[in-house]
Amino acid sequence: MISDKLNSNSKNTSTNRLEARDIDVTFGATTALAKANFSVKSGEIHALLGENGAGKSTLMKVLAGSLIPDRGEMFLDGAPYQPHTPLDGRLAGVAMIYQELSMAPHLTVAENICLGLEPIRSLLLDRHEMEKRSRSALDKLGHGNMDLHRPADELSISEQQLVEIARSIALGCKVLILDEPTSSLTRSDVDKLFALLNRLKSQDYAIIYISHFIEEVREVADRFTVLRDGCVAVSGDPKTVSTDEIVSLMLGSKTAAAYPRSDRNIGNTILTVSNLASASKVESASFTLRRGEVLGIAGLVGSGRTELVRAIFGLDAVLKGEIKIGSYSGQATPHTRWNQSIGYLSENRKDEGVAVSMDIASNLILPSAKSLTNRGLLLPAAVDAAMKTWIEKLNVKCSGPRAKMLSLSGGNQQKVALARLLFRDVDVLILDEPTRGIDVKTKNQIYALIDNLAKEGKAIIMISSYLPELLGVCDRIAVMNRGKLGESRPTSNLTEQQLMVETVSAN
Amino acid sequence: MQAKSFIRQIASKGAAGPFIGLLAVYLLFAYIGPSSFFSLSTVQAIVRQSAIVGVTAIGMTIVIIGGGIDLSVGSIVALTTVCIAFTLQAGFSSLLALLAAIVVGLMCGLFNGALITKLKVVPFIVTLGSLLVFRGIAKGASGEQKVDAPLTWLNEFLAVLNQNQNWQLFPSGVWIMFLLAIAVFVLLHYTRFGLHVFALGSNEKTAILCGVPVDRIKGLLYVLSGFFAGIAGILQFSRLTVGDPTAAVGLELEAIAAVVIGGGSLKGGEGSIMGTIFGALLMTTIRSGCSQIGLANWVQEILMGAIIIVAVTLDQLRHARRK
Repeated sequence: MISDKLNSNSKNTSTNRLEARDIDVTFGATTALAKANFSVKSGEIHALLGENGAGKSTLMKVLAGSLIPDRGEMFLDGAPYQPHTPLDGRLAGVAMIYQELSMAPHLTVAENICLGLEPIRSLLLDRHEMEKRSRSALDKLGHGNMDLHRPADELSISEQQLVEIARSIALGCKVLILDEPTSSLTRSDVDKLFALLNRLKSQDYAIIYISHFIEEVREVADRFTVLRDGCVAVSGDPKTVSTDEIVSLMLGSKTAAAYPRSDRNIGNTILTVSNLASASKVESASFTLRRGEVLGIAGLVGSGRTELVRAIFGLDAVLKGEIKIGSYSGQATPHTRWNQSIGYLSENRKDEGVAVSMDIASNLILPSAKSLTNRGLLLPAAVDAAMKTWIEKLNVKCSGPRAKMLSLSGGNQQKVALARLLFRDVDVLILDEPTRGIDVKTKNQIYALIDNLAKEGKAIIMISSYLPELLGVCDRIAVMNRGKLGESRPTSNLTEQQLMVETVSAN
Repeated sequence: MQAKSFIRQIASKGAAGPFIGLLAVYLLFAYIGPSSFFSLSTVQAIVRQSAIVGVTAIGMTIVIIGGGIDLSVGSIVALTTVCIAFTLQAGFSSLLALLAAIVVGLMCGLFNGALITKLKVVPFIVTLGSLLVFRGIAKGASGEQKVDAPLTWLNEFLAVLNQNQNWQLFPSGVWIMFLLAIAVFVLLHYTRFGLHVFALGSNEKTAILCGVPVDRIKGLLYVLSGFFAGIAGILQFSRLTVGDPTAAVGLELEAIAAVVIGGGSLKGGEGSIMGTIFGALLMTTIRSGCSQIGLANWVQEILMGAIIIVAVTLDQLRHARRK
């Protein structure tokens, strides 16, 4: 009903600056985009919304040229546009500004703005021309008075963002794609950014704005599009719909998955966190964790939820507050945390979670090698025997315990990383996105495993971007929003809608 | 059965390529060179001449698998020879001189390891600095002169065997190298320390995540490397019969080359003790073969450089294919 109303007033296809038609992208067996249509006009801010995994970043990568679609066509100012690299895209006039800014920290503002298109006069760098170009780009952004000689590493995040935008303007880009530009900005910086976007809009730039913060979208965007499961669910004017309506559009109607849940006996408190602040992102977090329960932490990527558990596990420095394990509350490193029977499953499987160039057995026994050592020797026969049991228990598909991690699929790598905690038999399991990027069958195995662990009296913290999963698996859920952890509440009192609103609200 | 699987393990730890390379180069020289090249005595000489680089490279293999590098080993060897000569000159026993050499090696390694883990400066820079420091100390202590020492049994480690010793096949220094190689093989593949070294080199973040005491392991890498440089110093002294502060210049590069030819990766996480030994033998074979067929020194050097690059390229191709 809502969608009918919305679709009708977005049928106006005149003067599209950039248009993508029927874009299909598949990665192996998963469909990331299916017949997606998207367009942006000059002098327009078009917001792109959707849950994690809905296909937003895939679509943006296609537009910017860093991903070539399987099917579909694109037009820039009416002419066919087929970028093969991000550079192609930039040179044609489409620039992507990523959430993680790409500054050369040792170079100055002017050098960063002109990076890659430095003016050369008789073999030498023409610094005068370089400054002139930088100045004119910054002028267009209303920041003509910025010091061009400051090194980039002295700039604040919002200033770096400004330089990054100026770089695209200096190149002559007419379409700017901003990916989650406000996720690490303070409210006053957000206001400044919006003023800047409106200024660019009045100069006929076309802006694609990706965000999770629906209120901000309602404030700044002229049009919005919601992606769901790789398809355009709806698009329209954000001022005519409420935040709740947009959230419903993002969620759609999902078939409920079956999450096993046996009777859990909640035991005594095993972990207490009070007023925690860390060196990275976490501003305030307090919670308790008891044996036999699963505590869920919801929140957007970048909200500080991963940083929270990293601080607890001794990977990030704690600035303030207390982490109490049983009666211990002193300094911690991952080494001491393992000894206190706490294990952490990293969300970053490829870079941190597993050592891909080592074999399965080495990856699995790494924290528990001591228990397998016999008179100083770690005999392969003992290791392989222990491994065989776990490979069978978790149904890891591999050629044997000595197979390289590289030869395994993502799901099977994840099982090995998880088995590391199980083999060590830790009491507290911190699982950061345990089901990210793995197939449905493996997901269900992991849900069953978590339920089983809780039943055995283990305490589990689970972080996930996928709310139905949290609601299905957890006993209590707390929401992390811009560094602050809200109070945890029993799952039975919560709905997906409510959680989504809390994660995306600008508190 | 355990012994059988042990041998299979050795064979499977990726030393087949370097071995084939070594065999090919040897047979090539045997074919184009003088007939004397294809003889037991030539093989004995090649192995004997590889012992110093070989022992140094065993230590380097551990460091490189752990994702580090140790440029100071050549200087440690020189400092060790000076130290042995002084100990003997002062009238102490050969055994004590031997112990002193090992202690000097360990201390140098400890110095490197402590700086790398405490100052968090990259190993390349720390050991580049200590390369100069140790060399300077050796020169200062000896007054930039060779240090004479009385002849003792220490000089027999790499001596050519006479007729009635020929049953030993190689002099004791060579057997020391082989025993150390086996010991390190066991250390790397059959102990927790070895597992931690491989983990550190393959992915330091994962190692930290899994509670590996990363700083302690890193420090130990350099202590071990210093230990092996100390042993290499004993062998070097044995050959020189004097303490020489200018000995073993560039040894660190030969050791790194041996590791790399043997399948080690400077990115860490990969390396093979057997491969390293074959790599050291390969380099000596080229040098010895070239001089037997009368090629100038500079030709040998160009050839050696080419072999290093070819070996690493082949290794990368093999890796790429596996993926």
